[in-house]
Amino acid sequence: MEEGQIYQRLNAIFGDVFDDDTLSLAAETTADDVDGWDSLSHIRLVLSVEKAFNVKFSAAEVGKLKNVGELVGLIRSKT
Amino acid sequence: MADDLYARLAWLPPKPADFPAGCRALLSDDAPAAEFGRRVQALAKFALDENALNRLAKVIAQARAAGRSLAPLTPFRLGVLSNTTSHFLVPALVATAARHGIDLVCEEADFDQVIQEALNPESMINRGKFDAVLVAIDHHGLPLRPVPGDAEAAARAVDEAMRQLATVREGIRANSNALCIVQTLARPPETLFGSFDLGLPGTLRNLVDRFNRALADDVAGSKDILLDVAQLAETVGLANWHDPTLWNIGKLPFASTYIPLYVDHVCRLIATLRGKSRRCLVLDLDNTLWGGVIGDDGLEGILIGQGDATGEAHLEVQRVALSLRDRGIVLAVSSKNNDDVARKPFQEHPEMLLKEDHLAVFQANWSDKASNITAIAEELALGLESFVFLDDNPAERNIVRQTLPQVAVPELPADPAYYARVLLASGYFEAITLSDEDRKRAAMYQDNARRVALQKNVADIHSYLVSLDMVMTVQPFDEVGRSRIAQLISKSNQFNLTTRRYTEVEVAEAERDPDCMTLQIRLADTFGDNGMICVIICRRSGRDWHIDTWLMSCRVLGRRVEEATLQEILHQARRAGIETLVGTYRPTERNSLVEKHYEKLGFALLEKQADGTTVWRLDVASTAEIALPMQIRRLGFSEAATLPLAAGA
Repeated sequence: MEEGQIYQRLNAIFGDVFDDDTLSLAAETTADDVDGWDSLSHIRLVLSVEKAFNVKFSAAEVGKLKNVGELVGLIRSKT
Repeated sequence: MADDLYARLAWLPPKPADFPAGCRALLSDDAPAAEFGRRVQALAKFALDENALNRLAKVIAQARAAGRSLAPLTPFRLGVLSNTTSHFLVPALVATAARHGIDLVCEEADFDQVIQEALNPESMINRGKFDAVLVAIDHHGLPLRPVPGDAEAAARAVDEAMRQLATVREGIRANSNALCIVQTLARPPETLFGSFDLGLPGTLRNLVDRFNRALADDVAGSKDILLDVAQLAETVGLANWHDPTLWNIGKLPFASTYIPLYVDHVCRLIATLRGKSRRCLVLDLDNTLWGGVIGDDGLEGILIGQGDATGEAHLEVQRVALSLRDRGIVLAVSSKNNDDVARKPFQEHPEMLLKEDHLAVFQANWSDKASNITAIAEELALGLESFVFLDDNPAERNIVRQTLPQVAVPELPADPAYYARVLLASGYFEAITLSDEDRKRAAMYQDNARRVALQKNVADIHSYLVSLDMVMTVQPFDEVGRSRIAQLISKSNQFNLTTRRYTEVEVAEAERDPDCMTLQIRLADTFGDNGMICVIICRRSGRDWHIDTWLMSCRVLGRRVEEATLQEILHQARRAGIETLVGTYRPTERNSLVEKHYEKLGFALLEKQADGTTVWRLDVASTAEIALPMQIRRLGFSEAATLPLAAGA
């Protein structure tokens, strides 16, 4: 899948999880940039991403993620 | 996937695309304050996934912060105590409670502080003035270490786990007077030996089974209530329920897909505690209690009973209804049928489990179902919020949902094999006790399926019909429609004015006959395409049209399609220079439904014959057009087609 498409779908997923439809994600976006992105909502985010892209992440993969760019890379490696 | 039914809460209507907008609208300043709770409840009644529940919970939290009340929902305070991460449960519980008519305040204790919170009188849980505390402990939170083969140690482990939970329950009772909602344990899917695990004392499977049994027995004699998580997990599959990754990442007790299902079950118990269980099941007949349409297919044609897959599916619906009646749920019928026709299967069909004696009220007529359910409620002196309405027809379900939002109307899948399962999965009849009175209640209401008079149409039918976005497509007969036209002509019994049967060849002749005006009419609405629903044949005689055939599908009754059809006939009549319409009603055993058809449409009686046949006339020029709640599309009418008639006139 193209990176652009992934970002587009991630914008919708982030909007749903963080209840903010105005988000525009970039590779360097981190938890500090998004209101309400704490360790617990991170789990909900990961689950929503798994469902949307029909992929499964391991605990180690989830724990290592530093920013949205890495999440996109992880999704690309599995789709 | 069959567990989808449960995970998706498939008995609830799907979440609309504008759900986020609906949430935002609740917060906008110009939204009326009155009945705010009802509007939240309306949004909660869709099948919401975890993210949607969170969105709604946020709206509720913001509204509360702004001082708004969730009245008239019933307030309830719930504490949550868990050895696992309960953080995700709290917003989901708050939003789901609104679905069940509960204004829920929910607070969780710190992670894994079960014993401390229960025993310390100053703890959050004990000072929180909670009505109930959800003690959400899974098998990780109890001393159930496997000791395969050691029967004595196994018995000690189960006793110790029960004692630990009893300490928690007694602590909360003594320090706060809240009741506890305690859970059975979802058994992990992994076995150590295999099938041997079940019989061998001390395996985890063996321990969990014995603990669950002991807990169920213990809770039955107490003020606390049981949430059977083991049953939930088994229903959706243990391997689906337990997600080892989520447990390792965040100590989540089960796969988050099932959060909406889990919290719905908790809220059912809370609603039951507040007396909100439902008490009456209103059943549709055709294609719900049996397969087929009694008015068209007759006693021999309907499918009910053993030996036929469809018949067995509907038999199962009857069996479930009867079981519900045995535990005190009152049964009633609401069907679009003639009363005598609708009662026949109950009286004469040998395979019917349900008899008239089982039904408190029997409403078979052609009025809208919302009015009938209202009449049943008045007759039984039960509030509408006590009612569940089971109907295979999505349009009927929707009108009842729209006009009587208090009534629970489960969605049904296309396959009737799932009707009984969906009805029970919905949990509308959740109970936490069974009294002798319950068992006798249905008999108290038993009054030989009496019929009650309707007050008036409570439903605002017109605005409902407008909301259906009906499009009626009108065409003369053509080759494409021919076989379906012939099929309807040979099959329709109820809404059929003359019951004249024609073959496909004769239909083709009418199509070509310059003295025939033919119409095939289709109807589409927001639910989809109903297909061909009406067939008209008019034969010219001088300046009259004799309506030789007028038949319609009963599915679209009550949609003003009859009036729209007449208007189309009049439209064609004016184009053809016709002055009078002559309609005939020929009575058969099955078409008394349309005995007054022409009278209702404003025709004047010309004559009544010895066999009951009536002949009616309508003056074309003096009949005015009226506005109808549907859009008309005319296809295939060429200007030329009207010329020979006009020329001959």
